[in-house]
Amino acid sequence: MKKSGAEIIVETLLEQGVDTVFGYPGGQVIDLYDALYEYSDRLNHVLTSHEQHACHAADGYFRATGKTGVVIATSGPGATNLVTGIATAYLDSVPLVAITGNVSTSLIGRDSFQEVDITGVTLPVTKHNFFVHSVEDLATTLHKAFEIAKSGRPGPVLVDVPKDVQQAVIEYKPLGRARKLPEKTVNGFQMKEAARMINAANRPFIYIGGGSLGADVSQQVMELAEKIDAPIGSTLMGLSAIPTDYPRFLGMQGMHGHYASSMAQNECDLIISIGCRFSDRATGNVKKYAKQAKIIQFDIDAAELNKNISVHLGLAGDIHDAVCRLINEVEQKEHPEWHARIAQLKLEEQFQQDQLLDPHKLTPQALINEITKYTDASTPIATDVGQHQMWVAQYYPFQKPRTFISSGGLGTMGFGLGAAIGAAFGSKKRTILFTGDGSFGMNLGELATLYKTQVPVVIVVFNNGTLGMVRQWQTLFYNQHYSNTDLSDRKSDFVKIANAFGIPGFHVDTLEELPETVAKAMAKSGPVLIDVKIDPDEFVLPMLPPGGSMDDIITMREEI
Amino acid sequence: MERFEIACLVDNSAGVLTRVTSMFTRRDFNINSLTVGATEDPRYSRITISVNGDEKIRSQCVKQLRKLYNVKHVKEMVVNDRVSRELALIKLKNTPETRQDIVSAVDIFRSKIIDYSPNTLCVEITGESSKIDAFLTVVAPYGILEMSRTGVVALQRGCHYLTDAEQDDFALMELNRAARIDQLEGN
Repeated sequence: MKKSGAEIIVETLLEQGVDTVFGYPGGQVIDLYDALYEYSDRLNHVLTSHEQHACHAADGYFRATGKTGVVIATSGPGATNLVTGIATAYLDSVPLVAITGNVSTSLIGRDSFQEVDITGVTLPVTKHNFFVHSVEDLATTLHKAFEIAKSGRPGPVLVDVPKDVQQAVIEYKPLGRARKLPEKTVNGFQMKEAARMINAANRPFIYIGGGSLGADVSQQVMELAEKIDAPIGSTLMGLSAIPTDYPRFLGMQGMHGHYASSMAQNECDLIISIGCRFSDRATGNVKKYAKQAKIIQFDIDAAELNKNISVHLGLAGDIHDAVCRLINEVEQKEHPEWHARIAQLKLEEQFQQDQLLDPHKLTPQALINEITKYTDASTPIATDVGQHQMWVAQYYPFQKPRTFISSGGLGTMGFGLGAAIGAAFGSKKRTILFTGDGSFGMNLGELATLYKTQVPVVIVVFNNGTLGMVRQWQTLFYNQHYSNTDLSDRKSDFVKIANAFGIPGFHVDTLEELPETVAKAMAKSGPVLIDVKIDPDEFVLPMLPPGGSMDDIITMREEI
Repeated sequence: MERFEIACLVDNSAGVLTRVTSMFTRRDFNINSLTVGATEDPRYSRITISVNGDEKIRSQCVKQLRKLYNVKHVKEMVVNDRVSRELALIKLKNTPETRQDIVSAVDIFRSKIIDYSPNTLCVEITGESSKIDAFLTVVAPYGILEMSRTGVVALQRGCHYLTDAEQDDFALMELNRAARIDQLEGN
């Protein structure tokens, strides 16, 4: 069957089981958009207001569904607008295929209109990228792109397709769905050593990261925890893998981690890390990080072993397989003393939270609790980046894997709305976006996308009139010099803005009106915005000061 | 900081060298020298990179290179188990007073003079990088006008090849590490 390059791209996407792509047209992808027009009954294209947010949408689509996201942009500025989105996906190991148009091969290298070397630009933030020289290579290249994106440690792959390659016609043979390449398994002798170390431990601590979601080992991790009698802690990226109410789960650790989780990690004698990369935000000062403990690190990526911290035993390979085998190899154990200590830490944490809680104030926690009344176990929860993101990580009761959609590694403000739209498309469920007034200011043009698509996204703005996370640092470490973080002199009315885009919105200024207004907003079936006034001096606590260790943990405002 | 050499077999296609060097830039690893050339198989090129760094950098270099799609095989060329050569062309000041000393040095280092003019002479020297370094120390006082070094190329000795299975290298290394730490702690 004769097909043009543009048609081959769409055919390949359909073969990969793609139902929705996100993107923005332009001069060098007109042919591709012509093919999308032709195939519009089989492939849904979501037009955003900006390529960056199309990329975040494709990313959010993956995070909610586990299916590789696809984004399309034109050459030059269209392609460079993707860069933040691609980097966000790269840092969180999100499989993504970005397809960009480029000027015709005869114009490449001549600084033609809207020409940019996007494979060069994205080299350090893609798992791999391709420039397609000829239509003969197009189908195999795209196929390969999907294979690379989802195999091993997943990541974004960019495919740059010049206009003449999209136009060229060639005999086309379908290649079928790209495989996820089989992962090598961890060696038997290493597994034995891991089991020996676990059997010898008295205070084991299981520590899960984003890799545990990729490996789909939530159930197995809980089985392991039961067998070796260990508590479980998580990184930010590991959240949602273990139900928050699971008794052994202590929550997130790290810079703004839950107290009990961070303390337990600092008192255990063995950390069993599953898909964590020990980022600086998770460890604090590496010289003081969990010095008392031995560390076993499982990761799909051998390069993560011993990269950020030195571990006693690093095991590279298929995590799912490894954890299943580990359950069989370890002895059933009971650690009553460790158990008691964990219980005590949890009590201390509860005490601190009670101290922080002000039942008469419109606190972030009160807001999250109110919203939670309208969500169920599989509601996707997207966030932007900043204080609100940490509050959600701390207080939202995640139940099911892939319900937490947040930019962890890159910390991309402006990630949220695009990602929430992508997640809502993927999950076909009402999605909550928690955002801040700072982050929301970076992406509010996507309200247009939201209105047009009418996907049910509930936008909850933590509006404190400040860049709260930076303000918190300025309060604590920069002598209250609030340099360029005060947004209170902006006149932006997010409800009016939402209305202008065709979306209903509600203000909440007091705790008293919170339940009623949230109920009104939640009664809407389509997109809706709730703008909630928060005290600019609310802190995210606990906090490990940058470069600090658990000895420096701040749990109360009074300690400051 | 030690100097070590890494050999990789990479796809023989455009842009691959950039991908390899980009990894070094991004991770802030410093390349001493890099050579690239054809191999017995036209599909692949061989790159030899000399790097300065500690144990951590050494292992990260190898592991991060292995992740690149176009990189097929990566191995550290361990000093005791490889042959390595570098070639240098060195242009020296040619004066009646120093000429004889230079010729003796050239002779002792088994190098040769490949160009001669009234005011300059050019030496070709081949050997391990350390030999070239030593030669440079000797001739530096005579006045080095210009030089060009190729960087290191290396092959493993005997029946060992870059394409040998490497899967268990790190598994074993990790296990040895665990045993070593245990020993230190007296467990």
